Amino acid sequence: MRALKDEGVKFLFGYPGGAALHIYDAIFRQKALQHILVRHEQGATHAADGYSRATGKPGVALVTSGPGATNAITGLATAYMDSIPLIVISGQVQSHLIGTDSFQETDMIGISRPIVKHSFIVQNAEDIPRIIQEAFYIATSGRPGPVVIDIPKDKTDPSKLFQYKRSKQVTLRSYQPRVLPHPGQIKKAAKNLLSAERPVIYAGGGVILGDAHKELIALNKILKAPVAHTLMGLGAYPSNDKYFTGMLGMHGTYQANMAMHNADVILAIGARFDDRITNTPSLFAPKARIIHIDVDPASISKIINANIPIVGQVKESLIALIKEIKRSKLKIDSDALESWNGQISTWRTKHGLNHDLYLQKTKSKMILPQVVVQELYHATKGNAYVTSDVGQHQMFVAQYYHFNKPRRWINSGGLGTMGFGLPAAMGVKLAYPKHEVVCVTGEGSIQMCIQELSTCMQYNLPIKIININNEALGMVRQWQDMNYGGRYSASTYADSLPDFVKLAESYGHVGMKVTKQSELRKTLNKAFAMKDRLVFVDVYVDPNEHVYPMLVAPNGSMQDMWVTKNIKA
Amino acid sequence: MKRIISILIENKPGALARVVGLFHQRGYNIESLNVGPVFDGTYSRMSVTTRGSENDVEQITKQINKIIDVIKVADLTEGEHHEYEFILIKFNKLKLAEKIQKILKPLGGRMLEKNTKVIVMSAVGSSSDIEIAIKAIGRGNLVELVRSGSLGLHEGEKVLTI
Repeated sequence: MRALKDEGVKFLFGYPGGAALHIYDAIFRQKALQHILVRHEQGATHAADGYSRATGKPGVALVTSGPGATNAITGLATAYMDSIPLIVISGQVQSHLIGTDSFQETDMIGISRPIVKHSFIVQNAEDIPRIIQEAFYIATSGRPGPVVIDIPKDKTDPSKLFQYKRSKQVTLRSYQPRVLPHPGQIKKAAKNLLSAERPVIYAGGGVILGDAHKELIALNKILKAPVAHTLMGLGAYPSNDKYFTGMLGMHGTYQANMAMHNADVILAIGARFDDRITNTPSLFAPKARIIHIDVDPASISKIINANIPIVGQVKESLIALIKEIKRSKLKIDSDALESWNGQISTWRTKHGLNHDLYLQKTKSKMILPQVVVQELYHATKGNAYVTSDVGQHQMFVAQYYHFNKPRRWINSGGLGTMGFGLPAAMGVKLAYPKHEVVCVTGEGSIQMCIQELSTCMQYNLPIKIININNEALGMVRQWQDMNYGGRYSASTYADSLPDFVKLAESYGHVGMKVTKQSELRKTLNKAFAMKDRLVFVDVYVDPNEHVYPMLVAPNGSMQDMWVTKNIKA
Repeated sequence: MKRIISILIENKPGALARVVGLFHQRGYNIESLNVGPVFDGTYSRMSVTTRGSENDVEQITKQINKIIDVIKVADLTEGEHHEYEFILIKFNKLKLAEKIQKILKPLGGRMLEKNTKVIVMSAVGSSSDIEIAIKAIGRGNLVELVRSGSLGLHEGEKVLTI
């Protein structure tokens, strides 16, 4: 407990069980840390993860051995894919029972190995403070990631006391995460960027994790290049800036994807050329020289070869780059940039996001999911912390809720974990009780961790849940519409959905249901006026609505997109 | 192409599993693997042989480097290096003893055990020499074969150490 307190931990998200009972007794006898009892260990890991994404500090989950540990696995994998500093402390059976298939025994270190940055098993009780200190250091430095600490029950035996030791600084001979960018590479990058005629900045979650959004904005004050964000990067560069093109990739905007495909220089920052971005790698950005800044050398030239690799912390690298650009005799080519930014405006006008939406809106009597997000943006004045689950609703938020600040958009990007949104929102709300926290979800995703409504009651967490209900697994249905001749294999369940209003009420919360466009704004305003209550707004939307644009796959490049149901651009 | 990757890794529980697991996780194969503590015993040196393109091996070494317990990694095949492998063989066709001894002579073949039933011998050489020798003996003539996997280090003054 003391070691956790010394790391600045305020909340422990957890669930007790036999192997963790000594630890739970210690929690009972202290006041510095608040324990949040979830209803399923997956919820604990996502809540700690959400807390971390919103605050930048590591989140901590505490689970017992066996099923407690295995239930934490999805949360670990989620954090691993998005490089989130998450600490999972798992109880383990007593040391002498390890390997004997004893009650609630599972090899947590073995099971979690491929999805953690590092893991520890405690062999001596007096090592616990050092291990906790090292775990936090590893989780938060370099490319961040989750760390597991597995503690056999006998190592927390309260009858065995020892001297508490904490070192001033952690040093590990096998781990030196701090790398400064190579000055020669920075020089080359500056030269390429300044002489570019069609540059694009492709910025990912690393900009947020590396706390470098201010440097990114400062850099583009000089470069005046279009900026495209990955799903994880949204919020780092302000959406209301004129150089912002929106998200890129699978469901990115037309102008962002076209800009990437036609660019002559791409500056990739804290992004990893995921297959949801590049589409077919061999057809990716054929005219571009690639400059790639990343703290993790393994991310560079993994999928797309970088012409100018820069290994370094994003923040330090951008500072160095800005300095070099200011010092350089070269100046940006204003004429070329003006015509390039003009081209992007033309693309935006042609197939930008709102292009067809309002036309359809007048025809459709049903609520369009995109409109729900736009109304949500107005109701919250664009200032909310928004968490989401995974699927169509997630893409609609990414496209239509314009994030202007980092750490406001909290979703599972890499792993795509349904069930993430509600527990993540709990973590955010605990961190920022005075801010509006909204979980945008779907009727599929919300049912994967719906039990956490009970946790929200216990700790009085007045989150707003917007359930975009199309009575089907929407993204699966979309693919089945597009690629499987509309055969809805295992993606519909309209006749067996719960009454979400009653469900929310049975947990002691407020439930609301909207089916008409005309009632949407009113209902949302009513929900947000209830400051001290969790409100579950069940919004029935047009089930036939798809997410567009959508990259044509397989064998497509970034310029091959479906821009609406019938138009391929 | 065949590659020898040398890894210095903390001698901690589970450290070896992290390296082996990574090969599987990232879709690469381990052809041979050798590991043992060196110097003060706080760390071990591993020699892993694998096959892959230059890009593959670059990605493998980068990923291995990310393992927290790994202190250093080098792809020996990038430059000049020594590569040796140690084998033990057992055979029971005693009339072949002379032939096999002759084959293994350039590989420092040593007789470790000889009785009326079996002969056990050892030999050292580059993996390709070992392959040739085993082929010359005839796989069917051996009842048992143990290979250490390739061991390697840089030629000249270049060293891999902490």
